[in-house]
This record gives sequence, structure tokens and C-alpha cells, in this order.
Amino acid sequence: MSKASTPLDRIRNFSIIAHIDHGKSTLADRLIQRTGGLTDREMSAQVLDNMDIEKERGITIKAQTVRLNYRAKDGLDYELSLMDTPGHVDFAYEVSRSLAACEGALLVVDAAQGVEAQTLANVYQSIEHDHEIVPVINKIDLPAAEPDKVKKEIEDIIGISAEDAVLASAKSGIGIDEVLEAIVTRIPPPKGDREAPLKAMLVDSWYDPYLGVVILVRVVEGVLRKGQEIKFMATGTRHLVDRVGCMRPKIEQLTELAAGEIGFITAQIKEVSQTAVGDTITDAKKPTAEALPGFKTVQPVVFCGLFPVDAADFEKLRDSLYKLRLNDASFSFEAESSAALGFGFRCGFLGLLHLEIIQERLTREYDLDLITTAPSVVYKIQLAHGKGELDLHNPADMPDVMQIASIDEPWIEATIYVPDEYLGSLLKLCQDRRGIQKNLTYVSGRAQITYELPLNEVVFDFYDRLKSISRGYASFDYHQIGYREGDLVKMSIMVNAEPVDALSMIVHRSTAETRGRGMCERLKDLIPRHLFKIPVQAAIGGKVIARETIAAMRKDVTAKCYGGDASRKRKLLDKQKEGKKRMREYGSVQIPQEAFIAALRMGDEG
Amino acid sequence: MNPSPGPGRGAALRENRGDPSTALGERQGGDLALYIHWPFCVSKCPYCDFNSHVRAGVDEDRWRAALLSDMAHEATSLPGRRLTSIFFGGGTPSLMPPATVAALIAAAERHWGFAPDIEITLEANPSSVEAARFADLGAAGINRVSLGLQSLDDDALAFLGRAHGVAEGLAALETAQAAFARVNFDLIYALPGQSLAAWQAMLTHAIGLGTGHLSLYQLTIEPGTRFATLAAQGKLVPADPDHAADLFEATRALTTAAGLPAYEVSNHARPGEESRHNLTYWRQGDYAGIGPGAHGRRHGHATIRHRKPENWLAAMDRNAHGIAEDDILTPEARATEALLMGLRLAEGIDPAAIAARTGIATARLVDAAAVARLETLGLVAQRRDRLIVTEAGMLLLDAILPQVVAIG
Ligand SMILES: Nc1nc2c(ncn2[C@@H]2O[C@H](COP(=O)(O)OP(=O)(O)OP(=O)(O)O)[C@@H](O)[C@H]2O)c(=O)[nH]1
Ligand code: SF4
Ligand SMILES: [Mg+2]
Repeated sequence: MSKASTPLDRIRNFSIIAHIDHGKSTLADRLIQRTGGLTDREMSAQVLDNMDIEKERGITIKAQTVRLNYRAKDGLDYELSLMDTPGHVDFAYEVSRSLAACEGALLVVDAAQGVEAQTLANVYQSIEHDHEIVPVINKIDLPAAEPDKVKKEIEDIIGISAEDAVLASAKSGIGIDEVLEAIVTRIPPPKGDREAPLKAMLVDSWYDPYLGVVILVRVVEGVLRKGQEIKFMATGTRHLVDRVGCMRPKIEQLTELAAGEIGFITAQIKEVSQTAVGDTITDAKKPTAEALPGFKTVQPVVFCGLFPVDAADFEKLRDSLYKLRLNDASFSFEAESSAALGFGFRCGFLGLLHLEIIQERLTREYDLDLITTAPSVVYKIQLAHGKGELDLHNPADMPDVMQIASIDEPWIEATIYVPDEYLGSLLKLCQDRRGIQKNLTYVSGRAQITYELPLNEVVFDFYDRLKSISRGYASFDYHQIGYREGDLVKMSIMVNAEPVDALSMIVHRSTAETRGRGMCERLKDLIPRHLFKIPVQAAIGGKVIARETIAAMRKDVTAKCYGGDASRKRKLLDKQKEGKKRMREYGSVQIPQEAFIAALRMGDEG
Repeated sequence: MNPSPGPGRGAALRENRGDPSTALGERQGGDLALYIHWPFCVSKCPYCDFNSHVRAGVDEDRWRAALLSDMAHEATSLPGRRLTSIFFGGGTPSLMPPATVAALIAAAERHWGFAPDIEITLEANPSSVEAARFADLGAAGINRVSLGLQSLDDDALAFLGRAHGVAEGLAALETAQAAFARVNFDLIYALPGQSLAAWQAMLTHAIGLGTGHLSLYQLTIEPGTRFATLAAQGKLVPADPDHAADLFEATRALTTAAGLPAYEVSNHARPGEESRHNLTYWRQGDYAGIGPGAHGRRHGHATIRHRKPENWLAAMDRNAHGIAEDDILTPEARATEALLMGLRLAEGIDPAAIAARTGIATARLVDAAAVARLETLGLVAQRRDRLIVTEAGMLLLDAILPQVVAIG
């Protein structure tokens, strides 16, 4: 076990703010390497990104922390705590808690890409937390790097001085010492009374197979010790601390964490769902008077159905979801059944990326073959005759129109940042998606637009459209701004006059026809031709709003078949019959599961 | 020409009759067809997935002896049968020495005896070299020839990788018509880019040539062929299925009008001119198959000979037969084959007869609900005791079969 706490003035807590791929994790790796946290041999690229998905996709999902020991040019030893935060809007709340745990931030901006919307959102949050911001212009090794232009952008757009920005290349190790010095000299040390009752923030938590639930904390006041009985103020539970430590990034056990320090604890907690990010941890016997501000419970905002392709995998899917939830309390699931897709689960996520990550982990880590239904949001249905309000997570559960007084849908405020030349198409996209323009400003050849948009329109491939319209140059960030009434309808898809439950969705009346037509056209290509012609229709209530017809198949016959081909034909028949098992039947139409998957996977305009 | 085997070989044949593996005492009477495979070709056609091989030199004596003993092996397991047809297929059996053909026919007659109207067919390439042998082949006992004409258009023949041209092919056809009582020829259609009008013109020409039988195959890209490679590279674009359907319908119309209606998916004949040998396959008759890769179906067994010529020869040396696999067909498998093969025929199947033969109730054979559904679509029909796939249905046979066939 290590020595007691470091004096406050030798501590620096900082986070790294960056847009996706601007090099946050790579820079973190360099800092760890330079301060000797890991030997070269132990360094695998992006050590802080633990999950396979994080390493592979190069994105950070969970907040990670690492404590670095650094002897500065002033000859003194400092204890630097680095917080690598997720860089995606889906995890905005987690980001805000990580930021709240620090006194400063490195603002990493890609020297070739410049400032992006997400950088802005996080940087404003950081400024709100009174952070000292140290701009780091990364990737100066790139031929396309334009550090001066980026400096000007930082000043113009963010409004902070970039005169002393550190020019770095995390990849080639340029400017790393300068970054470390800037942390020590420019970011203020934490404050906090070590004698006061314990007050610590629960920054993040995760499940470790050996340690159980590990909780990342920032001690704000007082001291957190091994053996202490603590209380989670929001959830109200009490636990006995059995380990206190920090990550370097390897685990190091300590006797205590004092005000100003970041570290971890374990307290014999079995499930991550028992811990709430942003909660205040205090001493059970000598509690603090007031909890830390800013706590909120995160609610899933995007829902979809997950079904095993092979019905026999249902139990396996359930077990896998339980296991994933051990480590991620922010998604929810409940059993659901569909005529088309069989038994599965309705799952809730923080956003689309979150959805994708969970889906990918299920397929990859748990080896499941899944069908994902179209993502939808939570609607609030006001029932007629004052019968109250209903939260609708699944279009299939929508009550009859006669029972509905009105439907409210969630709205967001989006900040989009886009080079001038794509502005026109972008405005059109937002307009098409029922957006309300709130603000439009130009800074150095780029436009910053603020739009209010229904979330429903965003979960449906908005992000993909945005990327393709702007050739990847637009960036996008959002936060929810509450519910508003909308003229929403349930659109059903019918194949050979029979509704296909898995394809029904809730849409705004004004976009129903376009969406319906898109879906019908897609299905026309995806459903194989049959011996008879098949109408594919989109309908609202009883009214058909779009229609396509799949022509009858005209030819499917083996030209040649003689003696030896008898066994071959038998094998072919077996294969055809086997294939039939993967089909779902609607109005005597066999729809291959692949068609559902493709229909649901593809975006709006295909 | 030497139509009978030498005395030494005859002795070997007689010895083989003592083979204990066939001494089951199971004497089954009835008709039998015999297939003889000659696996060699001058070159490999780009669409061909048959068991055909190009070899520099073929030891003809050895091959003759080997085929004879493979036949003898079949004879020991099939005593008391009578041959209704023999079919020399390939490969290119017209490259066989006529003497070998004669020896094989004579041996077959000795083993089993012939039905009075036995059909003895040989597949031939329509080249001048081969046409020169037609008279000898006729003398050897061949009474029906099936010519691989494939097209009546020189560009199409070049595309199909054929060695002959149209003029040479037509000359060979004339020679064949003079030498043999019955002549069939094959055409391949629905080639990339082939228009409906062009095909109709070619078919009209073909019908005018006056044979009693026509095999008209739509080009199929078979896996493992050169065409399959080209198709995968996008260098060959197969005909659009809807267009191919138009061509198929035009084929039916023209041949029917000319008095050569289709009696099977791709086979057309003047009534009475159908290939009896092939009908045996489609009607679930027994047939023995000898030579490399040949299949047989006899007293409930499915036999396959070694495919590669060298392997087959080695097996012959080792075992005095070329069988690589001999599987007992379950009643379900036999019934399935009866349905799959029988429904290719215009005459369709008699479910009750199949049920009686296999012991599987008709209700288990055929999906009655599917039949009813397909009947309303006009794709199948029930005519007295028979279930048939209609003209309209024939084009969709592969999609219909898995619905109708309940077993398997
Ligand atoms: N050329 C160059 N590439 C860099 C540099 N720093 C990072 N990269 C590359 O940029 C990509 C993204 O880097 P990351 O460190 O994963 O980015 P990130 O900001 O952590 O991304 P998120 O975790 O998704 O927010 C990787 O391919 C890095 O190798 C640099 O200085 N120069
Ligand atoms: S001649 Fe016939 S068997 Fe020989 S390669 Fe050509 S198509 Fe195949
Ligand atoms: Mg990262």
C-alpha cells in the first residue's frame, strides 16, 4: 500500500476534450508512456480503451482515468490525474460528470480538421465548470495540418486565447513534454477541505470479474478510506469500502483518497445498476450536509427490438443482455414478441451509437446473430377521456386512434457545424426533418447552425445523411429539450395485404408518404419474387399511402436433369426446405429474415 | 471391326459371376436400361460441367476391357433382366473406336438379352471426322444418335467453344440421318444477347431439319465452369430470367405447332420418338451405369462410379468394378426422386403408383394444400390419377417442387 495523500498543490486533475478521432486516446497513451506508467512493452495502442470495440473502432465508451507521476521542470513531483472521457453525444452526461471531476482540460483539436461541433459542446461545458483550458493542436505531422488556421478558429469560435496552444503530434510524440508542462503550470490545483465530512462524486462505474463493481470517484471534501462505511446519497444505499486505489493504469491500492484526488473504490457491490453516475458518496456515520449539484438519472431515449435470428438463441440473448447490463446500467430491456421475428427484447439506449455498440458487442462477444428493428423514441400518449398518459416504447403497442387525445414526442436542440459549401443541403435536410432553425452564424468559412428537431427524425438515419451530405465534414451535437405535441401516426407495412408488425413505425403525418414509399420500394427489392404477384403497401389506419408490386416470378427451372442428377436434385430440395425455415410467412409470402434485416438496416433514402 | 470380345476376356466375365458380394440370390425380373460413360473430349467446352476430360492418348484396349468388366460386374448383380435401352454418353462417345462400341453392345446382349425394340443411342459431336464413323457405328448396333449441334449460328458456336461450324454440323446431321433410324440434336439457347426473333428463326430452321427429337436447353451457368468464372468477373452476363422465360414460351409454341411437343422440360419429340432411355430415368425405371462417374439406380441402390478416368481404371484393376459409392435408397429417398424426376415430364406422376412402389402413403408424398394453392394459380393440375405440372408451371418447376413434395 502506498503513502498517504499528496498535498493539494501537487495535484492536477484534467480531462481531455476532443472531437471523435482528433487523437484524445492517442495523446493519453503518450502521456502515460512519457511519465512511465507503462513500459514500452506493456503499451498496446490506446491502453485506456479497454473494450475490444473501443480499440477497434477507436472510440472511447467508458470514462477512464489514470494517475501519472511527473517531475516538472521546477524539480517538483506532481500527481496528474487524467480523465479520458467518451467523445460522443450519447454519453454526454457521463462526459459532464468527468468534467466536473477536473479543474482543467486539454482541448485537443485536429490540426487538419479544425474545430468541430462536438468540440464546441464539450468545451462550453468545460468552460461552465470553470476549467482552465489548454488548447493542444494535434496531428501537426499531417501534411494537411494548418495549425495557424486552427488557432484562429479556436479564438474566433470558442473565444479563448490560442496564443499558447501546444503544437503536438500524439502519434509521433512531438510536443508531449510541452503538454505536461502546460498541465502543471496552467491548470490550477484542486481545492477542498480534507477535514470536512466526506463528499465524493461517483464519476463512473464498471464491472470487473475479479473486483466486482469498480467505482471511479473524485473526492471533493474529506477523505475516503478503506474500511469506511459509505452512503450513496441519491440511491440511499450503504456499503463498506474494501479497496481504495488508483490506476497507473495498472491498479495500485492505496490507504485513502483525500479531497482533490481522483481514484477508485470497491465496496462489495455486485451490479453496476446499484451505482448512479453523478451520485454523491458520503460517510454513512458523518454525512455531508449537501449533495453535489448536477445529478440526474439517465433515461434511455432510443428504443429498438433485438431478436435472435435463430429462435433457439433467445435464452442466450437474455443471458447476454444481463451480462452486458452488469457493466452498463444505462440500457434497459424487456421481453417482446413479434409475429415476424419471434421472441426477443425491447431495448432502450442512450442514443444510436450506444445502440450500435450494444448490438455489436452482442454479436461479437456473445456470438449472437441478431435482427434489430427500426429505432424509435419514447412517445407520450395522452389518452382520450382523461384516461391519463402512456409512455410508448414500441410502435406495435400503439393504442387505437380513437383512444388517443394527442401524442407528444421528444425534441432536441442540435448544434451542427458545417463547411459553407454544404450548408444548403444541410438546411434542406433539417427542414425535411421538421427542424426549426434557431441560429445561424458563420466563422472562418464554416457555418454553425442551431436547430430544434424532433428526436424521432434524428434516430432515423439523420446522422448518416448528415455525413454523406457533407462528405463527413459536418459535425453534430444535441441535447434534449423536452416533449412537444406532434401530428404523429402509426404507419403499417402490409405484404400481400397482411401487416408486418416488425416494420410498423410511428411517423409524422407529413413525412409518412415519403417514408412509406421508401420502405415499399426497398421491400420490393428485398422480397424474392414468388409464383404470384405481391402487393407491398404502406398504410395509415386503413388508408394506403404507398404501394409497390412485386412481379410474379417467371422462370426457375433446371434445364438439364438426367440419371445422375437425381441425388443432386434431392440435395437441392433439402437445401430449399432448410432455407424455408429461415423465412417468415405473411399472407402466404415467404419473407427471408435477411430481407427484414436489410429493410430495417437501410436508411431513409436507401 | 470385331464385335465380340476375345475368349480370354469372356472367361474373365464368366468368373466374375461368382462374385460373392452379389450372390444374394435376389433375382429380379423386369426391364433395365444401361448407361455407358466415355469420359474423353477433344477439348473442354466453357459451359460444360459433365464428367469430361481431355487426355493426350487413351489406351483403347485397356479401356475396352475395363468397360467390359465393369459391365460384367453389373450383370452379376442384375441377373434375369432385359435391356430396353443402352445409352453411350460422355464426354464424347463418338470418339470411341466403333469396335469397342460393338464389343460393348454384344456383351450387353449376352448378359441380359435385348427387348425387340431396344433403343441404342450414342452421343456424337457433329464433326466431319466423327461423321465418317457413323456407318461403322450403325453397323455396330447403334440405332439412335444424339448430335451436339448446339447452335445454328457460327458466332454462337464460337462463343460456346465448339470446334465445328454450322456447315460442318449440318453435313454431319445429314450423314447421321442417313446412317441411323432415329436422330436427335441438342441446341443451347438463351445465350447472352440472343433476341427472341433470332431464337425463333433458329428454332424454325432446326425444326425444318426434320429430326423426330430435339433437346433444347437454356444456357445454364454451372459452377466450376469457365463461364462461371467469366460470369463472376462480370465478363459474361446471363440472359435476364424474364427474357429467358419469353424464349422458353416461344420454344414451346413453335415445337408444339410443329408436332414435336415437349414431353420433358427441355426435350421435344414427335409422339413415339421420345428417348426411351431418358424416360427410364424420369419414370424411375432401373438402370445400370458403367464407366467413370456413371450413376446407377437398381434394386433400391444408388451407385456412383469413380469420376476421374484414372481412378476408375485403378478401381477396375483393384476390384473388377468401378463403384465408388453404393447407397441403399430409403423408401423416402426413392419416393422423393420419383416426384422430382417425374414432375419434369408432361405426363406428370401417378402418386398412388409411387405410394404403392415405396410404401409411403400419398398423403405423406404430396402436400395437398400446396397442390390446391398451385392449382388455383394454374401451375399444377390433377388429371384423373395423375398430378402434372402445367405448361405455365413448367417454367417455375424448381420453385414448385419444394412446395409440392412433402417428404424429404
Ligand atoms: N497523423 C496523426 N494521427 C493521429 C495523431 N494522433 C492520433 N492520430 C490518429 O487519429 C485516430 C484517432 O485517434 P484517437 O486517439 O483514437 O482519437 P480519440 O479522440 O480518442 O477518439 P474518440 O475516443 O472516439 O473520441 C487514430 O487513427 C490515431 O492513430 C497524430 O498526432 N497524427
Ligand atoms: S463435348 Fe460435350 S462433354 Fe465434351 S466438353 Fe463439350 S459439352 Fe462437355
Ligand atoms: Mg478514444
